[in-house]
Formats: sequence, C-alpha cells, structure tokens
Amino acid sequence: MSDINSQRRQFLKTSLGAAAVAIAPGMLLFDTAHGKTEAASSKVRWGMLVDTTQCKQGCNDCVTACNKENGLSGGTKATDSQWIRKIEIKDIGSGIETSLPMMCQHCEHPPCVDVCPTTASFKRADGIVLVDRHRCIGCRYCMMACPYKARSFVHEELFDQKPDVPRGKGTVEACNMCVHRIDNGQLPACAEACQNKAILFGDLNDANSEIAKKIHSVASVQIRADLRLNPGIRYQGI
Amino acid sequence: MKLLVSLLLCLCIPAVWAAEANTPPLDIGKGGQCVRDPQWMRKNHMHLLIHQRDETVRKGIRDDQVSLKNCVECHASLKDDSVVARDDSFCVGCHRYEAVKIDCFECHASKRKAALVKKDDK
Repeated sequence: MSDINSQRRQFLKTSLGAAAVAIAPGMLLFDTAHGKTEAASSKVRWGMLVDTTQCKQGCNDCVTACNKENGLSGGTKATDSQWIRKIEIKDIGSGIETSLPMMCQHCEHPPCVDVCPTTASFKRADGIVLVDRHRCIGCRYCMMACPYKARSFVHEELFDQKPDVPRGKGTVEACNMCVHRIDNGQLPACAEACQNKAILFGDLNDANSEIAKKIHSVASVQIRADLRLNPGIRYQGI
Repeated sequence: MKLLVSLLLCLCIPAVWAAEANTPPLDIGKGGQCVRDPQWMRKNHMHLLIHQRDETVRKGIRDDQVSLKNCVECHASLKDDSVVARDDSFCVGCHRYEAVKIDCFECHASKRKAALVKKDDK
C-alpha cells in the first residue's frame, strides 16, 4: 500500500472518530429525552358525561378529590377558588330533586376565550379550556363572560402549591380537567373519586370510546345549549 | 514559545481565580448535569424555561428534562428541599447577586415533590 493511501486512511479514521465524538452528546441527549414530547392532538376531544341519576345528594367526593389534587383550600366563600361545586336543583312542578357537579364545561366556542384581551384564556388542541397564567393579567373579563360561573380569581398570595398545578395571586383559574393527569394517561381526579361512577370521562371524537357510545345511545343534554357553545361536558337525567 | 506560554498562564490563572471568587456560594442540591454544561445554563436557562413553559401550557408537550418541576427536583437543597428558602439556595444565590427578581415561585412549587407529599400526609 502506498504511503499516501495509508495516510489517507489514517486521516479518514481520525475524522470519523472526531465526528463521532462531536455527534455523541447530541445523540445522548436525544436518547435520554423523556416525558411526553408530542403535543396534544386535535383529533381528540376530551369530554365528560355526568349521570345525574347516579349523583348522590349530599355527596361531595368529587369536590374533595378536586381540592386535594389541585391544592385548593376547600373554602366556599366568594373569594375562595372553587373549580367544581355541587348543585342541588328542584323541579317545582314534580318536586323531583337532582344533584349535579358543575364546573368548567370546556366549550367548543368558549366565551372566556373570546373576551380575553391577552389570549391567556385559550382552548388546547384537544378541547380543554385553560388559563395561561403567564399571560393572565387578572382583568376577570372571562369570569363575567362565562355563563356557568365556572371561573375563580385568586385574591390572596398562595404557598406550597402542587408541583403539577401552579397557581398564584392575581390570576383567574378554573377546572382544567386535570390536564396534568390526562397528559399522563390518568383520569381526572373527580371522575376517579366518584364512587357511583357518575362521571364518565373520555374522547368524544373516538366512536369506539365508552363515552361516545353512551352519548349516542342515552339521552343527554348540554347545559344552556341555547347559547350554542357546544360544551364538552354533558348531563344525563336532567 | 516558553515565554509566551508562561505569559498566558500568568494572565489566565488570576482570571480563573477571580471568576471563582466572584461566584456566590450555592447550595446545588443533588446537582449533576442533565441539560447542558453549567456555564451555558447560567447564561441561558431562562430562554429554555420560557420556551418550554409555552410548549407545555399551550401545546401540552411535557418534556421532563427541561421542565421547571424537574429542575427543582434535583436542585432543591438537601437540607430544606427548597430552591428559594435561603440566601444560598440554588435560584436565590445567583439571582440576588445579579439583582434579578424571580417570580416563578409565586405560582410554581419551590420545593421538591417528596417534601410536599410528606407535608400533605401530616
């Protein structure tokens, strides 16, 4: 083999080695990147079907579970944050009493998003309506716009928030359908806590999901359907 | 050549000393390097955090490696589980030195998850 050839070989080997060394850290980073790295998909629409016939009067399990999961105080004063609350309704004619949980209805056309001056209120691709507190200026237009009174304003400084649920003074907040749990493949805390399985959570767009099948087979309504907001939360038995 | 090398050494060593002397004392918790080298992170961590916060909140991309939660998980002090509790805590040490206010922890948890779970159980 000629001298030039062997030198050339040596040169190629060295440069290959150098290239490998240069690329390796990047590959390593790529390999070790973990967590959920794909974005929420617009093919999915998360929703809930609440069976009010199974919702017990006086039972507060969903509310307690929500408070615990999200680090809420559990107070019910006008200035306390309530992401989900129990409502008792009575039909005057028949005297029938019904109990149901009320929270953010995760509308397809959310009025809170329409009115937000900083686009802090937004709808994620998978239909969950959220507040981006990095942008929220605390003007509370969304609270006025919401027909379901679903949103709360944080009036006081907070301490020891949950690592998964950052919350802070001067911003508006509401039920986020436990978005951190959904992204992790878990059920929202209220759906998991309900002993009577009155809250059915799932993908409304997936024809094979339990919730989609039930919506197509059992009569259910959206609250204030006349507003044509197409909420993702439906109620059965009212 | 030798002269040049010794001259360079004379110039560099005090510079390194000075840099060391000027850095505030930091409690780095468990520490370790997972994203980039410390010098790069000192300069650029805020860009990573601001980029990732929008990715996570608005798109739902939860990359553990660059999440604030995971930074706290490793860098919280081993003594008090916090990144902001004391003057030499991981975030406070430098931010006080540079006089840059951090408002992350008005909303975000400044303690590692294990510490908060313990508190919940009590």
